[in-house]
Amino acid sequence: MSQAAVAMPAAAAAPRRKVTRGTVVIAADRCKGCELCIPACPPGVLSMSKTGNHLGYLYPELAPGCTGCTACQQVCPDFVFEVWRYQEPIVEEDTAP
Amino acid sequence: MNVIDTARPPERAASRTATFKPSLLLSEHHHLCPGCGEPVAIRLILEVIQELELTQNNICILGHGCYGSFIMQMDVDSTLCLHGRGPAVATGMKRIRPQTAIWTLQGDGDMTSEGLAEIMHAAARGENVTCFMLNNGVFGDTGGQMTASSVIGQRTKNTLEGRDAAYHGNPIKLAEIVASMDGAAYVARGSVHNAASINATRKLIRKAFQRPMEGQGLALMEILTMCPTGWFVPPGEGAEYMMESLGKVYGLGELKDVAAAASPEDAGV
Repeated sequence: MSQAAVAMPAAAAAPRRKVTRGTVVIAADRCKGCELCIPACPPGVLSMSKTGNHLGYLYPELAPGCTGCTACQQVCPDFVFEVWRYQEPIVEEDTAP
Repeated sequence: MNVIDTARPPERAASRTATFKPSLLLSEHHHLCPGCGEPVAIRLILEVIQELELTQNNICILGHGCYGSFIMQMDVDSTLCLHGRGPAVATGMKRIRPQTAIWTLQGDGDMTSEGLAEIMHAAARGENVTCFMLNNGVFGDTGGQMTASSVIGQRTKNTLEGRDAAYHGNPIKLAEIVASMDGAAYVARGSVHNAASINATRKLIRKAFQRPMEGQGLALMEILTMCPTGWFVPPGEGAEYMMESLGKVYGLGELKDVAAAASPEDAGV
């Protein structure tokens, strides 16, 4: 462990780790931008895109941290989500402030 | 923000836990509005039909409403009937083919405004059919007019100041009325406003198919669905709006289950 890390308080010294247990396939061309999936996502890793799809609707984008819980697939009226769960989760250090 | 490529399935070893659509739906594309709750309700019904292995042994009777656009996409035998006459058509079909699961797909305008007599008499006779009512409190297909199940204070196209009990009358709570009739075997009300209630509704739909197939009587399954276009709210606020308006009047859960008293172990099905 580096000197800088030792000098920090104990709680902050432990590196925060982000675990990604699954992922989704998003059919962005079918999305009508209703945003129901955004509050439905328990880990909160979905957010709306900045640019629209070919119909002009904003569509959801996925950030690391998906748990593969299928909540987005459940609430989506336009059948946009397909959910996959990794056999081995991806563990990475969270660099976000 | 670090965005993950979600255009194609992952390259890592992974198992697919949920598909885009149920296999009984022929296409993912439909023309319903953004934020509509009806495709979710239809997906649940089709998934339950497959779980109960009724795929080759069911007939759907559709009323008139936005859900009618799914008649070309649902891979089940189906027919379209006159406004609100679903339970009457279902009665005839069930009596000709008693071993087949007959289910109607209707809206609140179709069932409570246009065809109230049909569901009441079918329930009174105790026909062994399953009736689904997708309740959004408006005539969504025609642009959001008031139905008999619109709640007091609800803003619709012809009640712009909100439904007024003195002028427009009070809403008809159809599920409560049908639950009081002796011929009804199972009456429940679900909702599709979030993932938890969608999963709970799936279990209720399962029982709504099982009770008529056991010969116990009519099952009425009411599902609260969002209609942001008909309510004049943004699509993303539809779920919240629904639980603040319809959800406060129409309580969720089972209203009647004749089998629950007879065999407690069935309650966990």
